[in-house]
Amino acid sequence: MIRLLFTIVAGVLLGAIVHLVSVLALPRIATQDAYSRLTPMTKLNAVAALPVAAPSNEPMPFMDPAFAMAICRYDLSGGSLKLSVPVSQAYTSVSFYTRNDVAYYAINDRSAGRKVIELDLMTEAQHAELPEDEDITAADRLIIDSPTNTGLIVLKALAPEPGLMPQAQASLAASSCKLQTEAPAKQAEAPRPKR
Amino acid sequence: MRLIFITLLALMIAAGVGVGATWMTATRGTDLGTLTIGAWTARPKTGTADVDPYSRASIARSGELPVGTGDGVAFSATRDDRKRTLDGRCDVVISGVTPAARFWTLTLYDQKGHLVANSLQRYGFTSQEIIRGADGAFEIRVASRSRAGNWLPTGGIERYALMLRLYDTPVGVATRTQRDAPMPSIATVGCP
Repeated sequence: MIRLLFTIVAGVLLGAIVHLVSVLALPRIATQDAYSRLTPMTKLNAVAALPVAAPSNEPMPFMDPAFAMAICRYDLSGGSLKLSVPVSQAYTSVSFYTRNDVAYYAINDRSAGRKVIELDLMTEAQHAELPEDEDITAADRLIIDSPTNTGLIVLKALAPEPGLMPQAQASLAASSCKLQTEAPAKQAEAPRPKR
Repeated sequence: MRLIFITLLALMIAAGVGVGATWMTATRGTDLGTLTIGAWTARPKTGTADVDPYSRASIARSGELPVGTGDGVAFSATRDDRKRTLDGRCDVVISGVTPAARFWTLTLYDQKGHLVANSLQRYGFTSQEIIRGADGAFEIRVASRSRAGNWLPTGGIERYALMLRLYDTPVGVATRTQRDAPMPSIATVGCP
């Protein structure tokens, strides 16, 4: 009897460990997470527009149908990334997700405060390698540190009315996301005056 | 022989308890970091880098992308103010005001987070297309058959979820009560 009780207690304790390990492991082993779903329909280090969410055509659950969306799937192992997104008429936002779908940074057009949201995305190691004076010339460029080498950048533009959807899509179509292959080249072009 | 049996039993209990608990928390979610205002709940922390492991697991399982904190916050509701589950065959009225935000959108999903097909191709409202009263308050009718004013079709599905997303808003991790964020009320007004 005591042995049976002991068995059950041991089983439950082990079960708690199994539970904790599986909860922590789930984001890594999930095959249907957002990143995996979007991989076949996006390009690496380039902007790819997603179709507007409709009942028969939803890449992910819980998509907001009022938004035009585009994805830049990035891999920073080849260098840092330059992102520029023109602001649409109503509302534009840029959100950054790690490979495991953690939203580590998001910015909207108002907090960016200009007509084009311009950002540099790099890993912490790449950021640390930036020359000191580079940081100064880059003061008007926002630098984001990515916790992982790969991830997703989600660009969203709001269509406040269904008829404005083509405009929102057009403004996202003008955005770009490019790998900067050579760091020194960037230093040379960075001081270029902006308009 | 007996030892083998007991070990096997313990391992089976462990597997059942462990995987069962993980499945439960990943599908139903937990109360960790939940902000509840009226019928609406939000998890503002899911849009930040310090998201809790349970939310991470459920996000990975469902395949959604959470709204980032610098972008906005998402409130969802599956029950009305009287804790009654939202039924697509009933008339449900969402009325009142929303917290301060540059834009908001209200969207109707089925239980798996998919949009519900309807002939109007209307899956939700944005703050700009809604018809408001003189005091700025609005009333949205969620029903299967067409209604006057702001009608949100349910397609007659049994259960659905509403999601109110606020964009560019001060509502977030620091929000605690109805006073910081006045959410609209949800009331079931009639069932056939």
